Amino acid sequence: MNRYPIISRQSKNFNVRSGLNAAYYFLLPAILSIMVFFFIPVIAALVMSFTDFDIYGLNSIGNVRFIGLRNYIRLLQDPLFWIALKNTFYFVLAAGPLSILVSLGAAILLNSKLIKYKGLFRLSYFIPVVTTLVAVAVIWRFIYHPRFGLLNYLLNVVGINSIDWLGDPSWAMPAIILMAVWKNFGYNMIIFIAGLQNIPEQLYEAARIEGANRWQQFKSITIPMLAPTTLFISVITMIGFFQLFAEPYIMTQGGPLNRTLSVVQYMYQEGFRWWNMGYSASIAFVLFIIIFIGTLVQFKFQRKE
Amino acid sequence: MSYQKIFSGFVFICSGVIFFCCSPKKNLSIELRFWVMGAEGEFVQQLMPRFEAEHSDLKVKIQMIPWTAAQEKLITAYASNNLPDLFQLGNTWIPQFAALQAIEDLNFWVRNSTSIRPDFYFRGIWNTNCIDSSLYGIPWYIDTRVLFYRRDVLARAGFPIPPRTWDELYEVSRRIKKNAGNTDKYAIYLPTNEWAPFVIFALQAGSHLLKNDDCFADFTSPEFKKAFSFLIRFHQEKLAPLGISQVTNVYQAFADEYFVMYISGPWNITEFKKYMKGNLADKWMTAPLPGLDQNTPGVSLAGGSSLVLNSKGKYKSAAWKLIEYLSRTETQVSFYHLVYDLPARREAWLDPSIKDDPYMRAFYEQFQHVVVTPKITEWEQIAFSKLQQYAELAARGAMPIDEALNSLNKDVDKILEKRRWLRGKIKRE
Repeated sequence: MNRYPIISRQSKNFNVRSGLNAAYYFLLPAILSIMVFFFIPVIAALVMSFTDFDIYGLNSIGNVRFIGLRNYIRLLQDPLFWIALKNTFYFVLAAGPLSILVSLGAAILLNSKLIKYKGLFRLSYFIPVVTTLVAVAVIWRFIYHPRFGLLNYLLNVVGINSIDWLGDPSWAMPAIILMAVWKNFGYNMIIFIAGLQNIPEQLYEAARIEGANRWQQFKSITIPMLAPTTLFISVITMIGFFQLFAEPYIMTQGGPLNRTLSVVQYMYQEGFRWWNMGYSASIAFVLFIIIFIGTLVQFKFQRKE
Repeated sequence: MSYQKIFSGFVFICSGVIFFCCSPKKNLSIELRFWVMGAEGEFVQQLMPRFEAEHSDLKVKIQMIPWTAAQEKLITAYASNNLPDLFQLGNTWIPQFAALQAIEDLNFWVRNSTSIRPDFYFRGIWNTNCIDSSLYGIPWYIDTRVLFYRRDVLARAGFPIPPRTWDELYEVSRRIKKNAGNTDKYAIYLPTNEWAPFVIFALQAGSHLLKNDDCFADFTSPEFKKAFSFLIRFHQEKLAPLGISQVTNVYQAFADEYFVMYISGPWNITEFKKYMKGNLADKWMTAPLPGLDQNTPGVSLAGGSSLVLNSKGKYKSAAWKLIEYLSRTETQVSFYHLVYDLPARREAWLDPSIKDDPYMRAFYEQFQHVVVTPKITEWEQIAFSKLQQYAELAARGAMPIDEALNSLNKDVDKILEKRRWLRGKIKRE
């Protein structure tokens, strides 16, 4: 700062202030649109979650009662909500790590110098991500079909009995997880590849000179260097997976026996199928709190390492 | 020529087109907005030229909306005051839109009409449009559920004529299952994601489903329990397949004899015809539903779609003219030929193309015995979420029947709490 004695303190302050003003002007459209399309609806939803707003409320606001925390209390006593929460945690805890491992594995393989036609592989692993879920679901319904499905055919070849993948209460969620991992790992894989390519080659060279084997290189260079990427991916994946909706909505409609009912799907049903907007808003806020806590925990966890 | 020139020319033409399209039309005709759901929207268009020729001052703008998103779109349109002048409404949705005061009471219009009279329609169907003393819709096309069955398989089981009573239905199912031996085949398809059969059999047994002015659940009554256990027995004894995932294609499964009886509606006839071809073509038929015993005809549900007027619409009398036009016997017959939707007007059933269709006979007979589900806003939620949920639990043996019905009752009472409060509020006022 002392290198530029010509600029007086006063004029510098002035510059900063006018610069700030200009910055506000540039930020204004973004802030306004975030206010209008995000904060105001969120606050409205929060208020709504303390009322019993429903289809009668649409007709006349006089039909809406302010019921305090009763939606939240009802939610805690609602067995279906607990089932949905349990299913969602099952999905996040199983599909999340699995998806990250698969995408990391695919990224490392595709980053290897031994592989030819990298572009082709990358493309084919990424295609599921950009394919619409409806089309994917149609194919997977056939793969999972208990009588004519490809998966059961392969199992039969190996000598295992057929499984009613989507119809058996204990297999439906694993089936959804398998499909979701297959559908989503390509996206994380691309980010991991970018992360891998950012690791300086010299580190590996140095390690090889020191006599480190492949596994040691992976453990002491790749993993620590990928830590920021992994944090980003695990947060994004967790948030995305907590919002599980489309897969069970299309494949099983939450069944059999509500074993694939997710929190978001339950919220959607209550809100847009039965128009219990107040109750639905309270589900949304509980989910928000859960995701928020989950993200905080991950940040803490990663920082310690 | 540079690309820039081509580009600017293109922009110029585009803006001209946009300007031309957006410029206000100078003619004075009224544009009626008409929302129609599903395939009907595509075909009803073909009936419009004649209407517009008869009424040169009216133009009809039809908007198709898919069934799956229809309710959402209609309710958001209501919330933003954007409902069309007239629209199609599934008749189980009428209570909701009546509660919203979104649709017009048509009593006045019918009283002054020469071409629409209540006795032109099947009584059970007409009733679905009446709430208290108001009339909210005019039946457009109708449906109900009947028994679709495989003649060959039933004949082999000793039933050349389809079952007429509950006992016969059970007996024929047992024999079919026995004839099928150990193969993975079933007598009847009663998926638990379809509430209709459960409600139909309950109504046949004399259950009222709800009680005290539809303010409390009545699912623990002996009548409901009788019907519920009767149907669950089919699942328990493996006469009906348990899950719904085995049957990705109902028609194919019917053709494969995976199941041989199915309680369904007229919307499936064309599809069944498509799959049951060649030597299978005459192997299936429709029959009215079996009743509780020989003396009581089996009732079924009064379904279908009605035409309703937006209560805040600007052109009500013009929209009413369109309803009258669509309700004419000849319009109803041509509509049947276009989409195979069953005409609401009884006279249209005398047309040879309908009267002589063997598959239609069961429907005509069934329409004489159709009843309405409770006409309250909450019914959809009760049927689709609660009834199906507990039917599935009971069918899979995950919950004993008594416990399932008790929980069902409790859940439904909770749903009806708002209705009780509103009733009380009206009384207090």
